[in-house]
This record gives sequence, C-alpha cells and structure tokens, in this order.
Amino acid sequence: MKDTLIFEESREGRRGFTLPAAGISGGAKEDFLPKAYRRSTPAALPELSEVEVVRHFTGLSMKNYGIDLGFYPLGSCTMKYNPKVNEDVVLLPGFAELHPLQTAETAQGTLELLHGLITDLCGITGMRWGTLQPFAGAHGEFTAMKLFRAYFDHRKDDHRKKILIPDSAHGTNPASAHLAGFQVVELPSDPEGYVDLEALEEHLDDTLAGIMLTNPNTLGRFEKDIRLIARKIHQAGGLLYYDGANMNAILGHARPGDMGFDAVHLNIHKTFSTPHGGGGPGSGPVLVGESLEPYLPVPDIRRDGDTFRWASEHRPRSIGRVSGFYGNIAVLLRAVCYLRMMGSEGLKAAGTLAVLNANYLKRHLTSLFDSPDKSLCKHEFVLSAKTWKEKHGITALDIAKALLDRGIHPPTIYFPLTVPEALMIEPTETESRETLDSFVDTLKDILTTAKKDPEALHRAPEKMPVSRIDEVRAAKTPILRWRKER
Amino acid sequence: MKIEKDLKYTVSHEWVRLEGKIAYIGITDHAQESLGDIVFVELPRLGDKMNKGDEACTVESVKAASAIYSPLTGSVVEVNDDLEGSPELINQKPYAAYIFALEAEDQAELKDLLDAEAYEKLVAEEAE
Ligand SMILES: Cc1ncc(COP(=O)(O)O)c(C=O)c1O
Repeated sequence: MKDTLIFEESREGRRGFTLPAAGISGGAKEDFLPKAYRRSTPAALPELSEVEVVRHFTGLSMKNYGIDLGFYPLGSCTMKYNPKVNEDVVLLPGFAELHPLQTAETAQGTLELLHGLITDLCGITGMRWGTLQPFAGAHGEFTAMKLFRAYFDHRKDDHRKKILIPDSAHGTNPASAHLAGFQVVELPSDPEGYVDLEALEEHLDDTLAGIMLTNPNTLGRFEKDIRLIARKIHQAGGLLYYDGANMNAILGHARPGDMGFDAVHLNIHKTFSTPHGGGGPGSGPVLVGESLEPYLPVPDIRRDGDTFRWASEHRPRSIGRVSGFYGNIAVLLRAVCYLRMMGSEGLKAAGTLAVLNANYLKRHLTSLFDSPDKSLCKHEFVLSAKTWKEKHGITALDIAKALLDRGIHPPTIYFPLTVPEALMIEPTETESRETLDSFVDTLKDILTTAKKDPEALHRAPEKMPVSRIDEVRAAKTPILRWRKER
Repeated sequence: MKIEKDLKYTVSHEWVRLEGKIAYIGITDHAQESLGDIVFVELPRLGDKMNKGDEACTVESVKAASAIYSPLTGSVVEVNDDLEGSPELINQKPYAAYIFALEAEDQAELKDLLDAEAYEKLVAEEAE
C-alpha cells in the first residue's frame, strides 16, 4: 500500500461534492459574514474525489492494529477489550448530541450518570469524592499534585516540597510532581523490587510533601508493606498519592483508600474499558479522601433532591478548573456502561482473571527469559532479555519487532528502567487460554530463530508498512506537519 | 563496555576527569549503553553552583530522561556546547564528550569517588 499523505494526493480542481448555489437572495457577502471574519485566500484543503478519500482512510485503518484485531499484551496499559455495547449507548442521540454549553436542566440524565460514576469510583477506590475532569492519567496525576500543593499552602506548610517517587515509577509521575512545583526525590527499590523502607526512613522530615506510588508496582508486585508506608508518611506530615494505572489487578479485592492513600487517579481508558491509545481520548478522574476534598476542582456535580447541577460555591478553596468544560464526557459515559454491565461481582471477577492470566503466562515464559523474580505476580510481570542480548545479540527491541511480523502487538519494552532489556507483559482478563498459548508458541518460535538466524530478527519487521523507525531523528527533528512545497 | 583507567567514577555512573582544580564530568560507556540513543542534553548554565549529589542536568534518550548528578561541590565553569547540536557524541565517545566542568571547592570530596576498579565491580554487581 502506498504511503502518501492526503495532501499529496490532491489534484487542483478535483471535487467529491459540488455545493449548490446558496439560494439566498439579496445583499452582498459582507451582509452574511463581516470581512474581518472572511479569509483572503481559500483554505489549503486537499482536493480529491469521494472514492479517493474513502480509499485513503480505509487504507490507513487497515494499517492500524488494535485489540479488535488481536492480542495486545502492552504492560502497564491494560489493553482490555472494549465491549461494543459501550459504543451503542454513547451514540444514543441524548448523549451524542449534547453540547457543552447546554444548561444543566437540559442535561439531567448525563449529570445523573456522571454523579453516579463519581460515587461508584469512590466505592471502588475507597475514597470520598472526586472530579472527572482530567483528560488522561498524567493529567490526573498533575491535578492530584496541585491538590497536594493547595493542601500544604492552606496549612502554611509551604516548605514541604519533597515528593518521593520509586525508581521503577512511570515517567509521568516525576513530570507531574515537578510541573506542580515539587522537588522529586527518587526512591531506590530493594532487591525484590519493593519500596526500600530504609531509604524511605531517611526522607521522613518536615520538607516531605508526600509519595507517589502504584500498587501493585510496575513489576506487577503488591507492596505488602503499604499500610506501614502510609503510617510513616502520615506521621511525617506527608500525603500519599496512588497511581491507578495498575488498578485492574486489585479491582474488587483491595482499595487504595483502605491502604491509606489520600488521592487516586484512575485511567478510565485502561481499567474501565474505554478506547486506549490511538483509539480514543483518555480520561483520568481523581478521587480523594477527606483531607483533600476542599481543594477539588470546580465545577463539581451536586445533587439537590432529584435534580443535578454544576456547583462551585461550596468549594472556596478549590484549585479551579482543570478542563475547559467537564472532561471527556463521551468516554466517561462508556465507563458508566461498562460498570453497569459488569456489576461489582463482575468487576471482581475481572480483577481475578487478569491476575490468573498474567500468572499463567508468567509460568510459561519465565524459563525462557531472565526473570527478576519467580514468585506469583498480579496483573502483569516483567521479563528481561539480558541473556539473549549477551549470548545471541538479540535485544528486547528485536523481539518486539519480530512479534509485529507475527501479528501480535509487542509488550512494553525498556520499562521499568530498573530491569535491563525489559519486556513488560499484561495479558488482561479478556484473553482466552488459546490466545495465551499461541503467544507463548510465537515467542518460542522467535527465540528459536534468535539461536539459528539472529540476523533475521535484526531485519524485523519485514511485513509492516515501514521497518525500523529512525527513533533518534523522530525525537530530535520530528516532522509534525505537512508543508506545501514552494 | 569500556572503563578508562585514569578516570574517577560515581555510583550514579558519571565519570570525572581532574585537570588541576577543574573537574570535567560526563557519563560512562555503561550509562550511555543502557540509556540508548541520546537525543537531547539539557546543559547546566555557566556559573551554576551545585552541591555534591545535586541534580546538575538531564540527558534524554529514546528510552528515558535521566538526571545527571554533580559528583562534587563547585560552580560550573565550562559546558560542552557541542552536545546541543550533536547529543549523539555521548553515545559515540562517552569519555571524550564531557557534559560540563566544575571548579571543585572541596578537595576532600574526591576521596568519595570510585576508581576504575571499584567502578567495574559496581557495574558487575548491578548486573547480578
Ligand atoms: C504506571 C503508569 N502511570 C501513569 C500513566 C499515565 O497515564 P496516561 O497515559 O493516561 O497519561 C501510565 C500510562 O501508561 C502508567 O503506565
């Protein structure tokens, strides 16, 4: 398939549709739209026939890979299947045709569902109230860090600047804390990958603002000392933030609130089954306990008897808005649908099966790779291709690229940074045993090739529209938009 | 992996080359290899004062952004401007591509740096 931009396919004068004459008589152009608002040159839109446009976009869609096509074990991303009923519901005209500037009286159904969603998410996480505004996990982290800041500022504790973050954390954690004005201190992990309690002890002073943790951590292991950690942080005057990226592992089994966390973000596009990645915008609600509630963003959704409304007056200490309107509502409504379809028993079963599937795969793959640990994992686990690299010159990247040729989305690679040549695998609960077995067979096949013909793997992928991308150039001098040649 | 005999090292994988009171600082071959292709170096500013262990600047690769820690206390007297346009120099010649140089204030701190042998041992232990 040719790789052209739609702009490059454009031919002057070609049309897919001809607009009829306006049929409005009287008056010059100026009467309809003042000159200041009219363009002086026509917009540089591509000119194509309808079939060319259809072929262009159908061609693009065929290059895409998603969970609807096959297995997608992308660690830390929970690429679970998104049931189609979510789409049916959100396309109902009452939802699909909502306008963000509509009054609350005319959007009561939606407000009621969103209010109910906050309530349900609080139930799932053990928190008191929250906001659905943030557009992604990282945005949720940032929002929560702003809440921390507001909390300390209000207490005139503004010398508390230090946020502790484990060395295995996702890069968005330090970025969010830094952006909200905190100083990030990296916490080393102990040899088993847990928070190093001795190192933690050293930071428990009056400059401590708090800690950002995900539990289970990025190695897929549950921080068993979490209650102790929470007690120590609280005693030192700090707060705890829970990165909900790994929530799928403990759905219905454990709650961040009960572990002692003060704030949580959830990745709706991971745990609650809405499109993830190129497939759709994200959503990263933040839920908080009592201490942070007064600072939550406005507007809030409040219930007065049977009516729902936007409300800000009850939050004089709010950090303000974190979204222009109220977040990605169409995404949130899909999550409402998912929650209603699953029910609390269903959610708990999802958590259980996610962990079972991960352990099944781990059991079958551990002997093929270096594994940081051999114990049971939660919803994901990390393998290392270190020995493959040393003995056969085959890296985690080579294995990932070879998987592409075999019709499987690769796992996350080179994360967490604490594991060399990391492959981070998360099958999710939605995969069958047959799919998992076939993934194991595919990896075995790749590793056989690694021994016999390592060059073949260095050439991979060979069946994709492009082979190896020049990552350095893409990062250093990205071409972000098409420009007309002059 | 190359380790230069005459340099000093830190546990966070920086190297230090002393020329009188001036300490040139870069990252080790091992560090550049685990970071992967480096695409950006955020240099410190001339005159910046830093304490030993402070975050001096960051190096960004296709895999991650990593902090470079100052191995000594002192102020920045030189930065390697070449890295702005060609950060890949660190991948190509890690021990030639210094990132910045400090005028060291406290000679006593030099004792805390590792020699080549100790650094080699550290890398081997970390690989365990
Ligand atoms: C552990 C962890 N934290 C935070 C995030 C950030 O979430 P988002 O990509 O929605 O901004 C991710 C995303 O992959 C993650 O894996």
